[in-house]
Amino acid sequence: MSLIYTLRLADDALILGHRISEWTGHGPILEQDIAITNTALDHLGRARSLYQYAAELFNQLPDAQKTSAFTSVAINALVAAGTPVDEDDLAYLRDSGDFRNLLLTEQPNGDWACTIARSFYYDAFHYFYFSALQHSSNAALAAIAAKSLKETTYHLRWSSEWVIRLGDGTEESHSRMQQAIDNMWMYTGEMLTMSAAEQEALAAGYGVDIAQIAPLWQNRVKEILDEATLSLPSGTWMQQGGKDGIHSENMGFILAEMQFLQRAYPGMEW
Amino acid sequence: MSQQNKNEWPLWEVFIRSKAGLDHKHAGSLHAADAQMAIENARDVYTRRMEGVSIWVVESKHIRASDPGEAASLYEPATDKIYRHPTFYDLPDEVKYM
Repeated sequence: MSLIYTLRLADDALILGHRISEWTGHGPILEQDIAITNTALDHLGRARSLYQYAAELFNQLPDAQKTSAFTSVAINALVAAGTPVDEDDLAYLRDSGDFRNLLLTEQPNGDWACTIARSFYYDAFHYFYFSALQHSSNAALAAIAAKSLKETTYHLRWSSEWVIRLGDGTEESHSRMQQAIDNMWMYTGEMLTMSAAEQEALAAGYGVDIAQIAPLWQNRVKEILDEATLSLPSGTWMQQGGKDGIHSENMGFILAEMQFLQRAYPGMEW
Repeated sequence: MSQQNKNEWPLWEVFIRSKAGLDHKHAGSLHAADAQMAIENARDVYTRRMEGVSIWVVESKHIRASDPGEAASLYEPATDKIYRHPTFYDLPDEVKYM
């Protein structure tokens, strides 16, 4: 159902946005601190639009489907009480197993090169992904994709330039960038593999054919790595699981930090 | 000091056009490794609240400034020449917006 498809995109945006926001106040230079914080806000803005739409989809479901959609106790308590859910409930009241973001998005920031490599792989894929999704038969998803494409075009330009700058820079920046590109590589396979929800979305006409995007992504990555004098990783083993809610231990720490306040003081606003 | 400067990115002056048809106005300065990065940094620092539609950057070292010590000879001679302002003409009523 389109709820799972929408939530997956929202979870990607929220978790990557949260990770990137951890740089706020810690950027390598004031100007780049502002740049990466702007990017975090783009991701969080996208997460909000998608969660709002997902909440709308969820609230329209028949009761039986509502109670079986999530495994998290906190959100199921709301559902049992008959309360409609909103964007905040979806972000703050679900546990790790109900999140379907890519494992790539939850990887720790590491050094600057590591953050850049994670964003570069993600941006290069989503540039082509949103280019396709903006023609979705689902008007809400198409509109969110069209807006996201403009942001992602800039994100990709920014992350690509950093890959090139560090790769084709000093001996140290080159080796750190290569290390980061190699370390993140095993989390890219999941992006290129369609989950059941994504296959269903494609068949129903509102999804995107990832098989067509994969070669575009590979070409773009190779092109930028060539320019950066970096080698394309050759590993073929890929870590999977995020799209099915099976996450690394990182996810628990992210959610603990992000959700603590709403769990300890439900409904708290400030 | 010179060693420290060598490790810092150069300073750039940023000019923003707030909308089509208006002039680029000096907005401030920032550090960047090259011109392309200067434009992108300017986009993130100076246009994130919709302040602009066009950006110019120029490396600060290329700006030549007048010497404040010469202000007396450069600017003071103009202070007693108010006839240079076009305020001594009687405009016909038909001429508007002057």
